[in-house]
Amino acid sequence: MARRVSPTRIVVSTVAAWACGLLIFFPILWMVLASFKTELEAFAIPPSFLFFEWTTENYITVQTRSDYFHHAMNSIVIAGGSTIIAALIAVPAAWSMAFAPTRRTKDILLWMLSTKMMPAVGVLVPIYLIFKNLDLLDTRVGLVAILCLGNLPIVVWMLFTYFKEIPRDILEAARMDGATVERELIYVLTPMAIPGIASTLLLNLILAWNEAFWTLNLSTSQAAPLTVFIASYSSPEGLFWAKLSAASTMAIAPILVLGWFSQRQLVRGLTFGAVK
Amino acid sequence: MATQQTQGLARGLLSPAVGLLFVWMIVPLAMTIYFSTLRYSLLDPGAETFIGLDNFRYFLTDPAFLASLLNTLVLVGAVLAITIVLGVPLALLLDQPMIGRNIVRLMVIAPFFVMPTVSALVWKNLLLHPVSGLLAWLSTLVGVTPIDWFNDAPMLAVILIVAWQWLPFATLILLTALQSQDEEQKEAAEMDGAGAFSTFFHLTLPHLARPITVVILIETIFLLTVFAEIFVTTGGGPGLQTTNIAFMIYSQALIQYDVGSASAGGLVAVVIANILAFFLVRIVGRNLET
Amino acid sequence: MGQITLQSVHKSFGPLNIIKDANLDIEDGSFVVFVGPSGCGKTTLLRLIAGLEDVTSGQILIDGRNVVNVPPAKRGLSMVFQSYALYPHMSVRGNIAFGLKMAGMPRPEIDRKVEAAAATLNLTSYLDRKPRELSGGQRQRVAIGRAIVREPKAFLFDEPLSNLDAALRVQMRMEVTRLQKQLATTAIYVTHDQVEAMTMADRIVVLNAGRVEQYGTPLELYDRPVNLFVAGFIGSPKMNFVSGLPASLHGAATIGIRPEHLRVVGDGEGWPGRVSVAEHLGSDTFLYVDAAELGLLTVRGLGEVHLKGGDRVWLSPDPARLHRFDKEGVAIRP
Repeated sequence: MARRVSPTRIVVSTVAAWACGLLIFFPILWMVLASFKTELEAFAIPPSFLFFEWTTENYITVQTRSDYFHHAMNSIVIAGGSTIIAALIAVPAAWSMAFAPTRRTKDILLWMLSTKMMPAVGVLVPIYLIFKNLDLLDTRVGLVAILCLGNLPIVVWMLFTYFKEIPRDILEAARMDGATVERELIYVLTPMAIPGIASTLLLNLILAWNEAFWTLNLSTSQAAPLTVFIASYSSPEGLFWAKLSAASTMAIAPILVLGWFSQRQLVRGLTFGAVK
Repeated sequence: MATQQTQGLARGLLSPAVGLLFVWMIVPLAMTIYFSTLRYSLLDPGAETFIGLDNFRYFLTDPAFLASLLNTLVLVGAVLAITIVLGVPLALLLDQPMIGRNIVRLMVIAPFFVMPTVSALVWKNLLLHPVSGLLAWLSTLVGVTPIDWFNDAPMLAVILIVAWQWLPFATLILLTALQSQDEEQKEAAEMDGAGAFSTFFHLTLPHLARPITVVILIETIFLLTVFAEIFVTTGGGPGLQTTNIAFMIYSQALIQYDVGSASAGGLVAVVIANILAFFLVRIVGRNLET
Repeated sequence: MGQITLQSVHKSFGPLNIIKDANLDIEDGSFVVFVGPSGCGKTTLLRLIAGLEDVTSGQILIDGRNVVNVPPAKRGLSMVFQSYALYPHMSVRGNIAFGLKMAGMPRPEIDRKVEAAAATLNLTSYLDRKPRELSGGQRQRVAIGRAIVREPKAFLFDEPLSNLDAALRVQMRMEVTRLQKQLATTAIYVTHDQVEAMTMADRIVVLNAGRVEQYGTPLELYDRPVNLFVAGFIGSPKMNFVSGLPASLHGAATIGIRPEHLRVVGDGEGWPGRVSVAEHLGSDTFLYVDAAELGLLTVRGLGEVHLKGGDRVWLSPDPARLHRFDKEGVAIRP
């Protein structure tokens, strides 16, 4: 159905779209540039865009002088751990709702969705007190549990919409071919579901990595992930722009890359399948 | 698959998720309700007394509540307006044939993946700083006195940051919806003599009605509880100028240690969110045929 | 061996009765087609036999053994799905071999059988491709290959040709019939297309609203339909039904005349009418005749009939091929 589009139109839309794209992307770009400046240049007025002395000193300083790696490790453990545990609980649940639906399946799904809508702040007090009494404040275990529960509905939903798209016929064919339920899972369902499971995990990883309500309220130093570490730069004594930029760049770079891979699944996941 | 063997297995596989979510929902909520009827301060533990609905009376009549409710509404409303009003044309633009569309797409979506504390600090310092920020420099270039954003227009600054984070989300969803629009339908409209504008108003916009609703509802749920951006930029101030409900509850609980009042506030937030959730659940449920 | 017997099989989904008291005896090696309009329960009946749905009550016997509590995998049947249901992540070879692998057959034997099935179906050069790299007809063949390689007691086909284009459908129809005769394996074939039913079946089951209306050979159904539904469903174009005075002259509430048994006769000899549309196919001519109070009658003339829209004609039914039905729509037999 290729239609001829006038070259002028392509040029106009290309220029306009690139302008918008650059404008929206600019704060990130500016931050990355600042991370390669010296502290003095980062403050300088007028600012220098590309013609400054590029230095990687900030990255080195951030790594040596602060506990960057400690917090990065916390982020990895918390985001990764909560994602894996959520998946272990959600895969069987989504499987059963997609392939053996009952009359209550729809209600259960919508109920799960509604738990996600409960504002975190509404239960901040009891969670804080429970954590305090169980000595879970500022522990990785506590944050893994909270983020896992918080994102569980999204994980179940995303997996459900993916599983739903696997034609039932194929699973029935496997059954007719003599496969038991376990073998059906191993040889047929899993290989077909892997792309969906992977993008679900990816999106959940991003959400958990960037989560900044529970992490800010329930951790301070020991278990604090990068969100909290960066927030510590907001105190007046922490005003080192170049170092802040370097730390921020390192904090968002991995997730930006993952995010770009998962942008299509993002829509489905965040709209609970309402927009595909 | 609807045989009895699978049904039993299915129930067993579903129950852990259902059980955990049930506990996750019910236990804290019950505790919140219980605390909200107590005089309960963390500074004075063990002295809890039942005071009925006093916390609600106190919370709801607190002038700070009205201010923060208003701030919440302004923040949510403004960010919604900005993301939709800019998101629709941006999505239409990205749907056009162009060179390097994928790269533009990546640039547009990027802010959504930036953790809230990072975006708040980058905006606060590198861009909006009254002396050394980029915007201050741009203002002086055109001969305007730079604005001290976080003192003179703190809410505007917060709105700006949050809108920057959520514009990609709205754009991406609207773009996805646009790409699912029926090409033949547009061609039929063209054959019927519809121009670009009438096609937009009679076909595209109605087609976008549902995704726009979804964007509004989902953004609202997240925007009602914007926290990190306020926490790292203004800390709710100056005064109460950027305190929203979420931040107010946080400060009552973990700064003033007034558990009872914070719990009452938490329940108010739950009620507000539930009203919105009701509509979202209905929309999602409608196209869920199990 | 593959003799299948259904004894008072019922199936309901909640309050909805999908299959009402189905009784059938399917002989070993025969080709039986379930035909009926959409929603008549034919696919459900097939899935009950396959074991993909539980029966509500009644018995299904395969070679004399009641299998209602036997899982599908253990019934020794194989099925070809409407969507083909090929495993997208496996090659053609993997697809065909899957059932044998599940049965734990040794590798060399699997290979031999897969090669043999592929040769029968002209798939040898495609064995290492993935399903998405195949055309519709080739996918169809893979689905059939997957079914035959297991040497089942019976094949179950669920509208397997409905996704193919018309020419390919005719070709595959023949291939499936030929293959089934060659293997002499029982086959149950579901379709909504009565032409497929007539051309492929040894015996046809006509289903309507969950009930077996008639079970017989294609020509029995054509020559002696038991009621109005079967009479109207079997045969193309559809049988003409006339009620009122002309019917009561034959002692019936309704009479049915197939288009091919209605002749154009000389002026003033039969029922008067006016040709509204004439379709000239060369081999046949279809006339749609507006016959006043008798309604629109379809006439099939052999070869070229020189009539056109607007022409006045007189029609006469072949009295020997007239079908008579009573008030309940049941055929009246002399």
